Amino acid sequence: MKTIRIGSGAGFAGDRIEPAVELAERGDLHYLGFECLAERTIALAQAERLRDPDLGFDPLLVARMEAVLPACSARGVRILTNMGAANPRGAARAVAAVARRLGLAGMRIAAVTGDDVLNTVRNGIFPLLERPGSVADLGASIRSANAYLGAEGLVAALREGADVVITGRVGDPALFLAPLIHEFGWAMDDWALLGRGTVVGHLLECAGQITGGYFADPGFKDVPNLARLGFPIAEVAADGSCIITKVAGSGGRISLSSCKEQLLYELLDPNAYLQPDVTADFSAVRFAELGPDRIAVSGGAGRERPATLKVSVGYLDSHVGEGQISYAGPGAVARGRLALEIVRERLHLIGVKMTEARFELIGVDAAHQGGDASGYADPPEVRVRVVGRTDSLAEAVRIGNEVESLYTNGPAGGGGAWKSAREVIAVVSTLIPRACAAHAVSVEVA
Amino acid sequence: MRLLDLAHARTGDKGDTSQISIIAYDEGDYAFLAEHVTAARVAAHFAAILRGTVTRYELPGLGALNFVLHHALAGGVTRSLRLDPHGKCLGAVLLELEMPGRQAAAEHHGGNDRT
Repeated sequence: MKTIRIGSGAGFAGDRIEPAVELAERGDLHYLGFECLAERTIALAQAERLRDPDLGFDPLLVARMEAVLPACSARGVRILTNMGAANPRGAARAVAAVARRLGLAGMRIAAVTGDDVLNTVRNGIFPLLERPGSVADLGASIRSANAYLGAEGLVAALREGADVVITGRVGDPALFLAPLIHEFGWAMDDWALLGRGTVVGHLLECAGQITGGYFADPGFKDVPNLARLGFPIAEVAADGSCIITKVAGSGGRISLSSCKEQLLYELLDPNAYLQPDVTADFSAVRFAELGPDRIAVSGGAGRERPATLKVSVGYLDSHVGEGQISYAGPGAVARGRLALEIVRERLHLIGVKMTEARFELIGVDAAHQGGDASGYADPPEVRVRVVGRTDSLAEAVRIGNEVESLYTNGPAGGGGAWKSAREVIAVVSTLIPRACAAHAVSVEVA
Repeated sequence: MRLLDLAHARTGDKGDTSQISIIAYDEGDYAFLAEHVTAARVAAHFAAILRGTVTRYELPGLGALNFVLHHALAGGVTRSLRLDPHGKCLGAVLLELEMPGRQAAAEHHGGNDRT
């Protein structure tokens, strides 16, 4: 029976590069996917493209392709990625240049576009999902608007013989669903198969999160050799069932527990995981351990896809200023709290205008949100953190300054002060009719 | 006994919504977890940061519960001022929950990942 082996080469923009090389060289793969596009990344990339029309794609694209193209080309492993960000065509040209440099002339690099719907949503009535108002209310602060496209454009590129398929915004699982549709000839309205393929994509898309990353908890969930954490492979059958595994000898461990955690990761209603291609149903998915690092997956289902596409809209939201400083030794918590009170009063005295602020101690109540902290002993060191939202960068700068000045104007023993001020590009969402976003494929030959 | 001794957790985020899965090490403990880890208890545990409601989805076939905490992330990862804007740490915080004592459970699930 025909099976397709798909590897996951990256789970986020900054992910490690070596596991993808290991997969390309020793994974016996047919396809290798790289999911590298966080929600607001396109908004930042769009700004870069405005400065330079050849840029606006993932800054690690060239390094990743230089690392994997030789093995992928030699073994016929086809690549799919959303590293095109705001400029998939520019990204395809850059990858073609890499291929030529590596002596891989003739390689076909496809760009799949069509996710950029900025002009559509800017000029219509598109209500925001997160809060009252519409996209038009964001006015000049809008930076980008990208629809989550499905697998169709990626499948079309594979059909055209692309060795590398580069796109912008697509539903993350679509990067892994597309090869299955292409290889097995699944119909775009066979909801059960598309649902199962979405399970495969969902398990793979975060790469190391299913092989023991974001999982290890010493004494409870021990994972061997995390430093060499390997990334996953799905061996997928024509009925959409699969086995999750990894390269023999790579670090990490694929267990029933790690698979369950990743299946439910970022899932809201398990009965209705909304994707551009299908409403997937994960509620009856089951795992079975076949051997070490080999877990069988079955039971995914699906129903008709949503009528609309989700759009992420990036906009300039505000500015944020922040400062940090550390205290250690006996009384560290008390000195940290005194420092927070001093900064709070000084920001008020000098009239820094903040619409929102946090005064907290890293080590006590910064990452530990909610819950019950009463059972924990005081730590031997704390780090003061003051962060506030402002309307301008100049105002944001003043927040960090007041933390830094604790050196000579605050409690005893403050050390390691740090400050920053930054612009905040945030993301809101809306829905558009499917007809508003049509994909297009162009092919660059190296 | 704490929830930590019976289950593991993973946290994800979608906009201003936090999602925490609670997964039994032993699927036989699912009914016990379902009885004691209710949406109301999770909402109470995170009362200090929760600005919306908690929905619980049940996955008995996986021995798991999925909690969806609406408006729990101070605006979500792209604009939150929190140190951990994704809320990645919240799953571990939920594992603090005190569970009613069960001698048999304590003996069976003292530690390692048994699945």
